Parts: sequence; structure tokens; C-alpha cells
Amino acid sequence: MEIGYPVLSTVIFLPVFGGLLMLLIGRNQESVVKWTALFFSTLTLVLSLPLFTEFDKTTYLMQFVERKSWIPDWGVEYYVGVDGISVLFVLLSALITILCVLISWNSIKIKVKEFYVSLLLIEGAMIGVFCSLDFFLFYIFWEAMLIPMYLIIGVWGGPRRVYAAIKFFLFTLVGSIFMLIGIIVLYLKGGTFNILELSQMALPFNLQMWLFWAFFAAFAVKVPMFPLHTWLPDAHTEAPTAGSVILAAILIKMGAYGFLRFSLPLFPDASTAMTPVMLGLSVVAIIYGGLVCFAQTDLKRLIAYSSVSHMGFVTLGIFTLNSQGMEGGILYMINHGIITGALFLCVGIVYDRTHSREIVDYGGLASVMPVYAGFFMLFTLASIGLPGLNGFISEFLVILGGFKAKKLVGVLAATGIIIGAGYMLWLYQRVFFNEVNENIARIEPMGLREALPLLSLSVFVFWIGIYPDTFLSFMHVSVNHLLERVNYGVSDTMMAIKGLTGGY
Amino acid sequence: MQYYLLIPLMPLGAFFFNLILGKKIVRRQAHWPSTLAVAGSLVVSVMVLLDVLSGKTLNEDLYVWIVSGNFKVSIGFLIDQLTVVMLIVVTSVSFLVHVYSIGYMQEDPGYYRFYAYLSLFTFSMLMLVTANNFLQLYFGWEAVGLCSYLLIGFWYEKKSASNAGKKAFIVNRFGDFGFGLGVIMVFLTFGTLAYIPVFEGAGSMAAQSINILGMQVDLITLIALLLFCGAVGKSAQVPLHVWLPDAMEGPTPVSALIHAATMVTAGVFMVARLNPIFSLSPVAMDVVAVVGAVTALFAATIALVQNDIKRVIAYSTISQLGYMFIACGVGAYGAGVFHLYTHAFFKALLFLCAGSVMHAMGGEVNMQKMGGLRKYMPVTYATMLLASLSISGIPPFAGFFSKDEILWMAYNGGSVGRIVWALGGTLAALLTAFYSFRLIYLTFHGEFRGTEEQKHHLHESPGTMTIPLIILGIGAVAAGWIGIPPIISSITGVEHANWFAEFMKPVLGHPEIEAPHSTEAMVMTFSVAIAVVGIAVAWLFYIKRREMPVSLARRYGLIYKLLYNKYYVDEIYNLIVVRPTMLFSRYVLVGLTDGVIIEGIVNGVPALINWFGAKVRRLQTGLLQSYGTMMALGLFLILAIAFIVVSK
Repeated sequence: MEIGYPVLSTVIFLPVFGGLLMLLIGRNQESVVKWTALFFSTLTLVLSLPLFTEFDKTTYLMQFVERKSWIPDWGVEYYVGVDGISVLFVLLSALITILCVLISWNSIKIKVKEFYVSLLLIEGAMIGVFCSLDFFLFYIFWEAMLIPMYLIIGVWGGPRRVYAAIKFFLFTLVGSIFMLIGIIVLYLKGGTFNILELSQMALPFNLQMWLFWAFFAAFAVKVPMFPLHTWLPDAHTEAPTAGSVILAAILIKMGAYGFLRFSLPLFPDASTAMTPVMLGLSVVAIIYGGLVCFAQTDLKRLIAYSSVSHMGFVTLGIFTLNSQGMEGGILYMINHGIITGALFLCVGIVYDRTHSREIVDYGGLASVMPVYAGFFMLFTLASIGLPGLNGFISEFLVILGGFKAKKLVGVLAATGIIIGAGYMLWLYQRVFFNEVNENIARIEPMGLREALPLLSLSVFVFWIGIYPDTFLSFMHVSVNHLLERVNYGVSDTMMAIKGLTGGY
Repeated sequence: MQYYLLIPLMPLGAFFFNLILGKKIVRRQAHWPSTLAVAGSLVVSVMVLLDVLSGKTLNEDLYVWIVSGNFKVSIGFLIDQLTVVMLIVVTSVSFLVHVYSIGYMQEDPGYYRFYAYLSLFTFSMLMLVTANNFLQLYFGWEAVGLCSYLLIGFWYEKKSASNAGKKAFIVNRFGDFGFGLGVIMVFLTFGTLAYIPVFEGAGSMAAQSINILGMQVDLITLIALLLFCGAVGKSAQVPLHVWLPDAMEGPTPVSALIHAATMVTAGVFMVARLNPIFSLSPVAMDVVAVVGAVTALFAATIALVQNDIKRVIAYSTISQLGYMFIACGVGAYGAGVFHLYTHAFFKALLFLCAGSVMHAMGGEVNMQKMGGLRKYMPVTYATMLLASLSISGIPPFAGFFSKDEILWMAYNGGSVGRIVWALGGTLAALLTAFYSFRLIYLTFHGEFRGTEEQKHHLHESPGTMTIPLIILGIGAVAAGWIGIPPIISSITGVEHANWFAEFMKPVLGHPEIEAPHSTEAMVMTFSVAIAVVGIAVAWLFYIKRREMPVSLARRYGLIYKLLYNKYYVDEIYNLIVVRPTMLFSRYVLVGLTDGVIIEGIVNGVPALINWFGAKVRRLQTGLLQSYGTMMALGLFLILAIAFIVVSK
């Protein structure tokens, strides 16, 4: 791999550099700010492309590794790298940030500079989280990401933004403290912050259990898993569009990523022992999150709760501990980022025009904004798992994996496809069909700047739906390696036989 | 045979063409790309038919769709006798409906959208019938469901239309829930989702059983029944039939194509395609036959009293689909597919005629406000009469041959078959003839009962509409002649007795029947006689003594109300499924669990936040600072401990 520049460090620190540079721009030069943000976010994506094209899909080893001693006395390193599990999230983060810049162009009206600075800082921190192979570094990025996110919700959010921001902050903080303790204990046990080395350790079962739950606190809040989900609807609802998109597409993936990167390889025995609990909580999230959507009157809140349901599929897939479930779960994260990100973008587009999130304020929108309605329909269909679109592939794999692991789990998860169709189509009907609501009869159609993000995401909706191999092939080897670690070499076919003959 | 790929691809191309360019550029010419594409598909389908007739079949994978662990599924195509019959039915009916719609949809502002959807539907249906594996079948299955949803709700500004579309999709999802699990079970059992290896391996799985909730369940039966759930939804069988009558909210050509001739028969196609699995499970076969018979009778009784012309035909579709499942359930898959094929012609014709009537009546659907139309629309009348004779099973019309074969097979189908024959064969056939001719008499005979203004506008439809009617009329008469039963061919000396069954035999098999010709003649005569009785009663009620139905309805008011309200199935579902779900989510989940238990007790968050909020209200950045302090403290802690460990 001769790329000529350190890819990961570039994509982590270029946005940070861009953000800091923007602080120098004068307060009144808003358009300079916007173009600078667009420039840096686009450049970041372009420079991250080698991760997609040059990635070696035949090895589970970390790639694009950069390793420098940082605080040698304490064994802290600047150690970054990606494997088949994390690489796609780096790319997704880079893509989503550009879309957030575009969608905020006219909707952010106060403190424009600070907003874009926050956005770029978040991007750097998020990518840092996905690349870190040193716990110390990881913890810095993990926490650093929260400050700008807190600001985005608290400063540029809706009427109840302070409540939502504090709630977000408290939940995450409490979770992080548990993880911090876990990290310290791991350090004391292993004498290193090196995540890969720690992942080879064989810890006693009891300790594994304690640590599993300590990390669980941080990750389950992030995902969010039932019953720790109540911060999410508030945060989503109050956040500005870009905030919701970042939250849905990337931030809440950190929890699921944490399970994959840390919980499973560090505490394999505890994870295996806890699968019934994790599968149970996932199924509850799927059904609960879905049913709650029927009672929502607020567009963003509904989509937020649907995320709870979808993230239930993700954690379900991860804890099936078989390759279909796990690859389905990872792909589900990507797909959910694309679909729900797109849905929040869509809501933002009409919110900019009407300043209402109430479903009853809409109706008949398909007649007023037909192209927009077409895009929204596409993402709705992807969300409810229409075959041929991306959501189906991951949903099917997760249900298949779930069924394989435990039949009842697969059956219960599959009820999600009925519930999902129910609330999404009902939402679509109330917003787009029926007679045109007076409030929206004269709003202007969608502009090119708004259509572009939706168009780019719909490319992936089709691409992953028709030819998912491009993305699934990134994961195979790494997921297999992880499964070997967790299942101690129990082969996939063995698992299948166990699943089939094992009865209920 | 590589050119077969053009069959689905041409309509797909037309879909994107119309979707992207339709609104601004193509506009009123939107029928061209779509109609040409489906015409092309029809031509290629005929070429493929000739190939298959010459003995060639094909099964190949195009590319690998999904791989994960030991799971692998391709996009691939299977072209055999069954596929090719479906290809011809789908492309020919679809082509005629495309042509018909040029006239019917002329004035509609959503013209381009309509043709785009029609093309998408044609593509999806063709993918469904050509699939060579379960998951691609599922793809086509869901995609036709989507088109159905879009086209039922085509006039989406009408609340009833958008409701009906949504209902169709969601009700079908209940069936697909089972179907999807069935597909997963197939994979876990056979390790693949491709048809051929599964069919080959099915025999060895015949005796396997599986433990469910402590009960031993036969594995193949479970798989077959799960898959059948999907068929029940898609083909509108009891208890998931409720969506199809409402689907009539869509434009009438859509009702003809999707909700009569093609999509709704996908369930029958699926059972026929998967016959190696179904045949291994007597229990599943009986379930299929009984569901079919119950549906055939149930829907026919409802059709007796409906006044909406399209709803009568919709219930008759449900009933006829029941016939097809009867055939499959007694192992006569060939007969089921034969009925599917003849039904496509006469049922599409019935709907298109109904559309022609509505076109003349200015959108009126109530038959009580029609009457005497035969004077004004002779072509529509003549073709609709042919269709009605065909559906009633009068020889030598198409429906006679297929229905007769089903009844004969059911009669010989063991004890379950005999019961099914009595219900579906005698009773439902009687009712079918009755309601079909009730429709004819109410609509076309007697005096006109509409408004003066409507009367003034009565006219025969334009050529783009009547020509498809005539072509379908020919089909409704002659389509059955490729399946002439042995008993008739032995009398008349026609060669190739039941050519269709022979043609299908390699794929679908054909039950051997030992019964003597005399019994066959008796059964046949009986069903024809019963159809004639049905027509005669309709004539008595609606021509001769028009006061009779009214007084009957009054005398048996309760039964009449029950039938008129479709046995209140919708109301019951609303009461036991829809409303409880809504109330549960609103009051129990959101109100109680989220609002009180989780927020209040588990997290105690709101109070804490208010307390916290009050503290920091005046200096907002204070929170940030304290957060920063926390983080710094955390890092400090890590470092401190690291230092201690290292320095030890």
C-alpha cells in the first residue's frame, strides 16, 4: 500500500485542523465559513477513499496502521488502524459530515461559525473513535466527541434544547464513568492500553462479567438499548437537522461498535454467557421501539423511536454470535446510518419551510413536493426492508442469524417487519397523502442543494440492496476472526447444526 | 436463450425512463416507452415459449447476491414449462392493459406516474416468476406488493385510496412474516435457497421433525405451512382476504392486471412452483385445499349481495383463487395453473369491461343505478357476457375446462377432496353463476336507472379500450381449448387430450385417476347443470320478477346484513388488532412505561435534569466547563493509575 500520506491521521486531523482554521475567519463572513467547511469535509472524504479502494479484504489484521510512542512512561501510544469492522464507519462518517454541511447551509442562522467548527470537530473525533487501537487515545476521542455534540443540541436546537442537551450529557456521562473504571481495571490487569494486546488476554470469568457490565453501561446508553433509550427521542427531536443526522448515522453506532470491538473480544466468556440477556433486550427494543412509534405525533420523535427499534436489530445481530447475524448487524449499522440519516435530512428540508414537526400540520405533501415525496418514499421503503433496497439485506441476515441462534428470537424479531411497515406507511400516508393541508399548500419545492445529499444516499440504498457484496466482503474475514475468538473455534456449520436440532 | 434477460429488463428500463423524464418531457406520451417495453417482453416470451416447446429449459445464476458465512444466494433464473406459461400470461395481459389504459387514463394528471408504476409492476412480476431461488421469489413478491400499494393508492388525495393501499401492504406483511420465516427454515434445513437442490433434497427430509414448544412438529409440514402463509396473504385467502376488495380503490386497469389476472395469482404460482415440498406433507396439502374451499365459498356468498360492480368482481376473484388452491391441495397443480391461466383472461376482461362501464357512467360503480346499458355499449356487453359465461363454467368457454378439471380432481382427491368438491364444486359454482349473471342483468338489461345527465353521456368506449376487450374476449372463449379433458376428446376425436396437463407434467406432475368415464361424465354434467341453474335463478330474480330479491332480503334480513357487511371481518380485525395496538402503544408503552416507569423510577431523570438545569441556568457554559473538568479528571485518573503501575 503506497499511498503517500498517513491516511488515518489525515482523515482524523484534517477536519480538526479545518475547524481550528475557521476560528480565524471573521464573524461576518458566513459564506466563507460555509465554503471552508464544505472544502474540508469534502477533502476529508476524498483523502479517505484509499480506505475503500486499497483495503485488503483477505486479512483480519489491522491495516493503515500508524503507531507512535506518545507517553512512553505510561505505555500510552498513538496507535490507529482499521479492520473490516471499522473501516466502513470511517467512510460513512466522512460522507455524512459533508451532507450535514450542505443541509445546514440556510437553516443555521445564529453563530454560524461556531456551528461549523463544532461539526468538523465532531467528525475528527468520531473517526478517531473508530480508528483508535489504544484505550487512552480511544477514551480521549470518545469523550471529545461529546462536547461539540452537546453544543450542537444545546445551542442550535429546538425549544426544549437545554433539557435535551443536559439529558444527553448526563446519560452519556454516567455510562462513560463506568467504562472509565473498566478501562482502569483492564490497565491494572494487563499493564497496557493496547486494545489488541488486551483482546488476547484470558481474564477470569467473574472479572469478565464485572467488566462486561461496566462497558455495557457506556455502550448500551449510546446504542441506545432498552431501557436506557429515553434520552434519544429528546435529543433527536430537539437537535438541529445536522445534529439528528450525526446522532442517527454515526454517534449511536459507537455503542454497537463498542460491543464488537471491546466487549466481545475482551470478555468472550461473559459475552457468550450474557447472550440470552442481550438477545432479550434487543427483541424488546425491536418490538417496543416499533409499537411506540404508533403513538407519536412528532415527525422526528417517530423516526427517533424507530431508531430504537432498528438498533435492536443491530444488537440482536451482534449477539447472535454467528456470521450472518454479525455481518447483518454491521451492515445494518451502515444501512441505518444511510436510511435514518436520509429520513432526518428529509424532515429537516420541510422543517426549514414550515417550522413544524407535528405530523398533523402536514398532509398531501406529495402533490406539493413530488420529487421530495419520491425520495422520502424510497427511504421509507428501505427502512421497512423492501428487497432490492439496502435495508432488506441486513434485516434478513439479522433475522436469519437470530433464528439460527434461537428460534424464538428470530420469530419475535420478524414481527418487527410487520410493525415497521405499519408505522412507516402510516406516517407516510399522514404526511404525503390525503388532501393537501392548507399550511403547506404553497411551500417551495426542493432545491438542488437539498436534493444532492438525498440523491447521494439513494445511490447507496440501491447499491447495497442490489450488490451488497461490495460492502459485505469487507467484513467476512474480520468477523470470522472475531467469531473464532468468541466461540473458541466453534465452526459455523457446527452452530447451524446446533441451531437446527437444538429445538426451541 | 440468453435473450430471456430482456424480458424483465425492458419494463425496468421503461420504469426509470418514465420516472425520470415522465413529468417534464414525456408527459402525454408516457404510454409509449412502457407499452413498447411490455410488447417487447411479450415477443421475447413467445420466443422463450418456442424454445421450451422444443424441449429446452434453463437454470442459471447471474451473479451472487448475498454471501455471509455459509449463507449464499444468487440472482438467477429458472425457465421451464411453468415459468413460460406465467411469462405469457403476465406479458400478454399486461400488454393489453397498457393499451387499454391509454384510453382509460387519458385525462389523468398522473399519466406518466401510472405508466411508470405499471412498468415497475411488470418487471417485478416477471422477476417473481423467473426466479430460481426462494429469496429472489421473495424479492419479486415484495416488489409486486409495493406496486400494488402504489397503484391502489394512485389517487392518493382520496383518503379511502391511501387507506386501501396501506391496508394491502400491511395485511400482506402478516402473510410475509410467515413466508420469510419459511424461507429461513428452508435455508437452515437444506443449506441453500436455490430451488433445484432444495427440491432434490426434500425427499430425504420427509420424516424429520422439529421440537416447537415441546411438541414434535413435522419439519416439511412446518416449512410448507409457513410458506403458505405468504400465499394466503398475496392471493387474498381467508383470513387475510380483507385487503383485496378495498384494493378496488385503484384505477380499474390496475384491478384487472394486478388484483385479478397476475399478482394475486402469485400465491398459486408459489405453491405450484414449490410442489415438491408441498407434496411431501399431506397435512399441508389438506390445509391448502380446505383454505381454498372455504375461501371459494365464503367470498362467493359475499359477492351475492354487493352492489359495487368492482367489488362483486373482486370477491369473485377471491373465490376463484380459492378454486386454484383446491386444485393444488389435491395435488393437481397443473389444474390449478390451468385455471390461473384461463382466469387471467376472463377475469381481466370482466374488470376491463367494468372499467368501460364506469367510463361511460362517469365513474359510477353502483349497479343499482345502471341498467339497460347493452343498447349503448354493445362491444362491452358482448365481451362481458362471454367472460361471465366463461367464469360460470359453461362449455365450451375457457373457464369450463379449467374448472371442470379442478372439480374432477377434487372429486377424486380422497375424503378431504370430496368435501372440498361439495363445497367448492357444487355450492360455490352455483353461487358464481348466480352473481355473475346478476351483474350482467343489473348492468346491461332492464331500464336505465341512473340520472338523466348520465344517460345523456352514455357511449361505447374508444378503440384503444374496446380492442383489448375483444382480444381478451377471444381468450375467454378459446383459452381453455388447450386443455380438453380426455372424455371429450375421445368423443370428438380431437388429438392431444389435455395437452396443457401433459405439457406441465415434467414440472408439476399429474395425478393418475382410475375412475371410469361414466363417473367423469356425471360429475361434469352435474357442474354444468348447476351453473345453468345459477344463471336461471339470476334471470328469475333480476329480469322476470324483480321484486323477489328485495322481499328475500327483507325476509332474511339478518343474513342479508351479514353478507352485505362481509361478515364484519374488517370490524372484527379493527376491534381485536388495530385498536388494541394503538391503545397499548399510547397508554401502556408511551404513557406508562416510557413516561412513568423508565423516566421516573429507573432513571429519575426529569427531576435530576430540572435540578441540574436550575443550577446551571444562569451560566450555561458552566456545564461545559464542568464536563471538561470531568473529562480531564478522568484522563488524569487513568494517567495517575498508569503511573503508579509503571513506577512499581
